[in-house]
Amino acid sequence: MADRPEDNQHTLSRQVLELFVAGLFILLSLVVMSDNWRIGARWASDGPEAGYFPFYIGLIMLVASTITFLVNLRRTPALAETFVERAPLMQVLWVFIPTAVFVAAISVAGIYVASTLFIAFFMVVLGRYPIWKAIPIAVLVPVVLFMMFEVWFLVPLPKGPLEAALGY
Amino acid sequence: MNRSRIAAAAAALLVTGLAGATSAVAWEPTKAVEFIVPAGTGGGADQMARVLQGIIQKHELMKQPLVVINKAGGAGAEGFLDMKGSAGNPHKIVITLSNLFTTPLATGVPFKWDEMTPVAMLALDEFVLWVNAKSPYKTAKEYVDAVKDGGAAKFQMGGTGSKQEDQIITAAIEQQTGAKFTYVPYKGGGDVAAQLVGGHVTSSVNNPIEAVSQWRGGELRPLCVFDNQRIPLKEPVADGKSWNDIPTCKESGLDIEYLMLRGIFMPAKATADQVSFYVELFKKVRATPDWQDFMAKGAFNTTFLAGEEYRAWVAKEADRHRALMEKAGFLAK
Amino acid sequence: MDALFSLIHGFGVLADPMNIVYMFVGIFLGVLIGVLPGLGGANGVAILLPLTFSMSPTSAIIMLSSIYWGALFGGAITSILFNIPGEPWSVATTFDGYPLAQQGRAGEALAAAFTGSFLGAFFSTLLLTFLAPLVAKFALQFGPPEFFAVYLLTFCAFVGMGKEPAYKVIAAMMLGFALAAVGLDTVTGQLRMTFGSTELLRGFDFLVAVIGLFGVGEILLTMEEGLAFKGRSARIDLRVVLKVWKDMPKYAWTALRGAIVGAWMGITPGGATPASFMSYGLAKRFSKNGHKFGTGEVEGVIAPETAAHSAGTAALLPMLTLGIPGSPTAAVLLGGLLIWGLQPGPLLFVEQKDFVWGLIASIYLGNIAGLIVVLSTVPLFAAILRIPFSIIAPIILVICAVGAYTVHNALLDIAVMLVFGVLGYLFKKLQYPLAPLVLALVLGDMAESSFRQAMLVSQGSLSVFWSNPLVGSIVTLALLMLVWPLLSAAMASLKRGTPRVASGE
Repeated sequence: MADRPEDNQHTLSRQVLELFVAGLFILLSLVVMSDNWRIGARWASDGPEAGYFPFYIGLIMLVASTITFLVNLRRTPALAETFVERAPLMQVLWVFIPTAVFVAAISVAGIYVASTLFIAFFMVVLGRYPIWKAIPIAVLVPVVLFMMFEVWFLVPLPKGPLEAALGY
Repeated sequence: MNRSRIAAAAAALLVTGLAGATSAVAWEPTKAVEFIVPAGTGGGADQMARVLQGIIQKHELMKQPLVVINKAGGAGAEGFLDMKGSAGNPHKIVITLSNLFTTPLATGVPFKWDEMTPVAMLALDEFVLWVNAKSPYKTAKEYVDAVKDGGAAKFQMGGTGSKQEDQIITAAIEQQTGAKFTYVPYKGGGDVAAQLVGGHVTSSVNNPIEAVSQWRGGELRPLCVFDNQRIPLKEPVADGKSWNDIPTCKESGLDIEYLMLRGIFMPAKATADQVSFYVELFKKVRATPDWQDFMAKGAFNTTFLAGEEYRAWVAKEADRHRALMEKAGFLAK
Repeated sequence: MDALFSLIHGFGVLADPMNIVYMFVGIFLGVLIGVLPGLGGANGVAILLPLTFSMSPTSAIIMLSSIYWGALFGGAITSILFNIPGEPWSVATTFDGYPLAQQGRAGEALAAAFTGSFLGAFFSTLLLTFLAPLVAKFALQFGPPEFFAVYLLTFCAFVGMGKEPAYKVIAAMMLGFALAAVGLDTVTGQLRMTFGSTELLRGFDFLVAVIGLFGVGEILLTMEEGLAFKGRSARIDLRVVLKVWKDMPKYAWTALRGAIVGAWMGITPGGATPASFMSYGLAKRFSKNGHKFGTGEVEGVIAPETAAHSAGTAALLPMLTLGIPGSPTAAVLLGGLLIWGLQPGPLLFVEQKDFVWGLIASIYLGNIAGLIVVLSTVPLFAAILRIPFSIIAPIILVICAVGAYTVHNALLDIAVMLVFGVLGYLFKKLQYPLAPLVLALVLGDMAESSFRQAMLVSQGSLSVFWSNPLVGSIVTLALLMLVWPLLSAAMASLKRGTPRVASGE
């Protein structure tokens, strides 16, 4: 699958990513600096004010990432390289998107139900296991977690309608 | 064995039957009760919550488990906001410390005590003025006079957190006497006591339980207690002296009274039945020897209040905190 | 001699077979807690504290401290196998432990970690047995300036490492500091960078960030390379342990240094996490193989593990003698002592001989028992790597989510973890180093508040950092560490007789 030519297409160059991340840093440092200037970033008579350190941290971050940004503006051969080939990127997204859905599902269905679905999905779709192999594992893991956290250690984890129906 | 168990079960049935007769629809938790601690693990409120959990578990005072959860973020604001957002949930209670009043005032985070349902006051925590035993000061007056002469450069008051109870007391002393301290905030009461022993600050207003071991070890000296009467415990603690031998600050000419609430609240919209379940629960806890022991160890003021009395007390205390903090300039801008 | 008799008496207390049972139960639970990220030693002990009210104080503390030993041992397991630190103090263990596992040497890394842990604990226990009162006095010397000096030393021992571009190192570190500052400022009680959001009140927890950056980030990276963990061919029999033991003498200095650093940080109390970073940084700097650190050196596993475990054990000392907890877990244990009616402090050693010496004896036994328990599980844990990736990966992600949630019982933290996961993936690929970020995140807050406390006391004068020999020498040492790479380069070039200025990488 990976050796089909269209799978190795150019996605994003390294340079774009470098500039993107350095840009994020710059943006963040501006936010940090502005908020800490607001609460006071001077050296008062009894030492630094609340915003003093964070302000200068922001400033150093601004300088460092601006330099990184400028350095990466010039296109060198290393920078022109593809950041990640199309096939591996797809692989990463195949994990990342379900994980993001899983995280979102936790707040609705609770962590136990969400985990069951997530593990089953992962095994069946990505691992190509038959469903009858995936189901026991997908059910067992959350059950073990449930016993350990809710029953044994008395640590409540996020729960959904199913647990509520069962009286938890 | 078997027969006695049946007898016990029958007795239990009878008792619940009788109880049922008196209050027909008595409420009881139907699932685990979350016990929010608006402070980190290991602190005073956390300790008390875990003692309560232990006692309730040991004496089987509740059928469902009590689960302690720390929500310490933003000086406890996180815990209180969680309570505010749980209106109508009877399976959640919170233990408070003074940050119930101070946090919203100092940080501007939007919550107020009356957005919860007061359940009961369990105890009040005393505050004592401590100095290092090597220092020459024997009374609060001597010490305060020395601070007046020496000024903030020479005298530091160590305390827990910023714009919270310790700093409020410090500010109150300053307002009343004109003395000036440098207030140094630390993470926890134990740290403060150790810093005082090490001579890195010159005094503290630690709770009894935080400093008692250093007192017994001959490292710290109590000067006065910020209450309107002496602590009634007369058993010798250190050096032949008891808690009762510590004068009140008023006796030493420092007319300041401050006690910290250790009380229980439920979320808003709790029914009378639900509140009375918890009131009864904590009454049972108070009757156990374990609890009494714990109270004596920490030299707590064991006043118990519930219902309207408690609500009125909290309301009064909230106003007092606002006044104290306003005067000290601690209100959020 | 006195101490020896007391210790023998202590072992007598342990002779009660129930105490031994509690010890093993504690260790087992502790390892479990240590393995699960988010469920730290402090939580574990706090959660189980109420269970112990019906036991005698001696049995109770034996069980609870055994949980603590177990958690200290267990923290290394997930760090090495999956790059997910189970506990804050095992972050530094991932730096070399995970590469070792990728090379199929997970068994070796685990055995080295456990052995190192044991040696560190043993060192501190000896200290606790024979020098407790003396050492307690030393701890009292530490005020705000001294604390700041220690944090500074940790930073200085650690920076200047790695081959990443300097500006990226700086940016990553500053990001860590900035994240650490979010939330309530402890010194003034002001809210910083919360932008009116109640979710930001609690700030960014170190563990949530680390689970995302390391754990989730690593899984994304692994996906890029195909559906498999490297290092599946790990040798999984107990002979690995013997091999590691045979090599131990080579690492004697590193282990001893780690143990000393750990004991110092545990007593003062700086804590196990800074200790592990400092020890790793020092080992990297002073070891012959320092330049190979980060690529899978057994020594790079031993250094942080000895220090972490030594600090964890030494943290009990200020707790027992002064009533100051040396770590969050010790703080919870301290609460336990109060509940059982024991008053920690100078008199505890006099009034509660049975308790104190029973506890100290149990540390010896607990750590030996712990070592046996964890070493015998090395094959089991190494075998986890043989589970196919598409089964273990979702389970790891689920456990990461559980871990991130339990830190603060906050749903948003799971999402934050995922964001950190993406960051971890991008940073790894773009050569932003994660270690300085993490170090800054864990120490930034503490360093800042002790600096500002020191400034309050000194009325804003920086001279306080040279005001006494103790703080002065730590600060000077820290600054020396900072310029050490330059110094050593200069010395090297002098030796070669070519006075060339060392150029950056």
